[in-house]
Amino acid sequence: MKIAKLKIEKYAISLRVGFFLALRQVRRSSKYTNGLIIFVMVLTFLNLVVVRGILVGLLEGSTEAYRSKYAGDVLITNLPKKNFIENSPNIISVIQNMPWVESYSYRYVEGGEVEANYKSKIRMDEDSNSTAGSIVGINPELEDAFSGMSLKLVEGRYMNKNDAEGILIGANLLRKYLDIEAPGLTLLEDVEVGDRVRLTVGGNRREFTVLGFLQSKVDQIDFRIFVLDTTLRNMIGRSDYNVDEISVRLKSDTDPYMVKEALLRAGAGETARVQTWDESLPKFLIDIQNTFGLLGNVVGSIGLAVASITIFIVIFINAITRRKFIGILKGIGIESRAIEMAYIFQSVFYAFMGIAIGFLVIYGFLVPFIDAHPIKFPFSDGILVAEVYNTSIRALLLMIATIIAGYIPARIVVKKNTLDSILGR
Amino acid sequence: MIKVKNLVKSFQSGEEDLKVLKGISLDIKAGEFVSITGRSGSGKSTLLYQLGLLDHPNSGEIVIDGTHVSNLTNDERTKFRLEKLGYVFQDYALVPELTAIENTAIPIMMQGKSKKEAFAVAKRALSRVGLGQRLYNLPSKLSGGEQQRVSIARAIAHDPKIIFADEPTANLDSETADTVLKAFIELHKQGQTIVMVTHEPEYVLLTDRVLKLSDGLIEV
Repeated sequence: MKIAKLKIEKYAISLRVGFFLALRQVRRSSKYTNGLIIFVMVLTFLNLVVVRGILVGLLEGSTEAYRSKYAGDVLITNLPKKNFIENSPNIISVIQNMPWVESYSYRYVEGGEVEANYKSKIRMDEDSNSTAGSIVGINPELEDAFSGMSLKLVEGRYMNKNDAEGILIGANLLRKYLDIEAPGLTLLEDVEVGDRVRLTVGGNRREFTVLGFLQSKVDQIDFRIFVLDTTLRNMIGRSDYNVDEISVRLKSDTDPYMVKEALLRAGAGETARVQTWDESLPKFLIDIQNTFGLLGNVVGSIGLAVASITIFIVIFINAITRRKFIGILKGIGIESRAIEMAYIFQSVFYAFMGIAIGFLVIYGFLVPFIDAHPIKFPFSDGILVAEVYNTSIRALLLMIATIIAGYIPARIVVKKNTLDSILGR
Repeated sequence: MIKVKNLVKSFQSGEEDLKVLKGISLDIKAGEFVSITGRSGSGKSTLLYQLGLLDHPNSGEIVIDGTHVSNLTNDERTKFRLEKLGYVFQDYALVPELTAIENTAIPIMMQGKSKKEAFAVAKRALSRVGLGQRLYNLPSKLSGGEQQRVSIARAIAHDPKIIFADEPTANLDSETADTVLKAFIELHKQGQTIVMVTHEPEYVLLTDRVLKLSDGLIEV
């Protein structure tokens, strides 16, 4: 017991002397050198957090768009092998009466084809300027309140309830917005706002006027064609008001799983598939998200290794150039442990400063800035994902790596023969 | 205070084994001021390093203040130096980032004293060597003589049994060297055991006893 107490006291003395030496060494060494080391630490920390954050954020932007512009918090779709959601009016009625619901939108979805410039065709066997896709019937007011669809128009105007002959076309169905060649992909060419197009759904064909083009970076909008719900219902003969999709947005802080359970308890599960937004994400998106997360971690790990090596070199050079003084300190009776502590404290100081400034840069500037000005990727508006918990874990990792990287060179130099160190042999 | 028997130290020079100390035996009493002198390469500094536990002899026995120090581990040697020995190096050997008082206080802090206590003791030690007004100057702001006096203050502050000084006046002009030597004489008068390496004949005369080294042995 007494020996343990003595050991603790010795450790405490070493800590105190180490801190005393480190503080003065940092305070009285070159401000430029300190600044440079801290700058390297800041960059390393940013590399650890931001690279992964951007990679994940790229997908996060995509999934967030999927959630806000299409699925909502809870998505209700038809059961497998069913063509629509049976008993839809009852489900919609339940949703309307739920206190947690902020907005919702229902959609009729049917496969179809849209054809443009058919009037200028000279021969019957001439290739038609057409494309196949999902034709979606919407209530424009509900949809706009739910997804802000009107804000996603790149050309033209939004639809209103009187536009029985109006049509909105997703930008990815148009050559001028998606100029790529891919097997099986046919795009509409030379279509402008105000043009007349022909829609064929379920054997029925009608002419429409193009009201506008939608571009949201969400496939469920950009690859679809929108008409009024009443129009599509008439075309497909859906007189029972059964819809194909219901997207529900919840009030903030409402748990989607709780609402899903409530819907299932109300019997929605018997005629529809009820999923929270994350359950409804396409699998490939989840796979890419995981892959990008992994990539981010790999890049971050390399950054961590580079930071460790940097600190190792900095401390090693520092310790080597101060070898004589390390020898002198040992010569006058300062314990090796205290000298090692001094170098560890210096490493901790550099890491702490780098991390603190890094936190400020990330949460004081980068996150709010990128949130306000998302990075425009072709398939999503990328944001910077930097959860405080994950950032703190990375800060801790960097701190541990720095302590080890600071300790090893100090140990190497301190272990050298005292007299050799003093005499520089 | 110091008993040495058959002390041998050799260095490897290429394939040759260069014997610097060839079986030295000596006895230094408590309170003695002993100078070690000799020509360059005679082994006087090497002897001081062995006595001061900064180096390991190849063979022989050293007993300091009743402790057989030859078999101590490195950590034990460090502790022994902290408790019983003080050093004054030829080139002052002050830590450049520490002020005069901090340089002097650091061994006292290592002994377990609080910073406040250590600074009080360091202040007294610096006042003893006439540097009471230069406590907070960094070594770079002190003259050579002042730096050496800080070095002496650091050596005496933790109240060691023996002070080892390795040519403490070698880098100083004669006037400053006199001041430094006066500080040693003053310490000696107060009963301090001092072992000093020097090749200045006039300073040798001021010590109680001279150990003249020649070819790795003490001349009788």
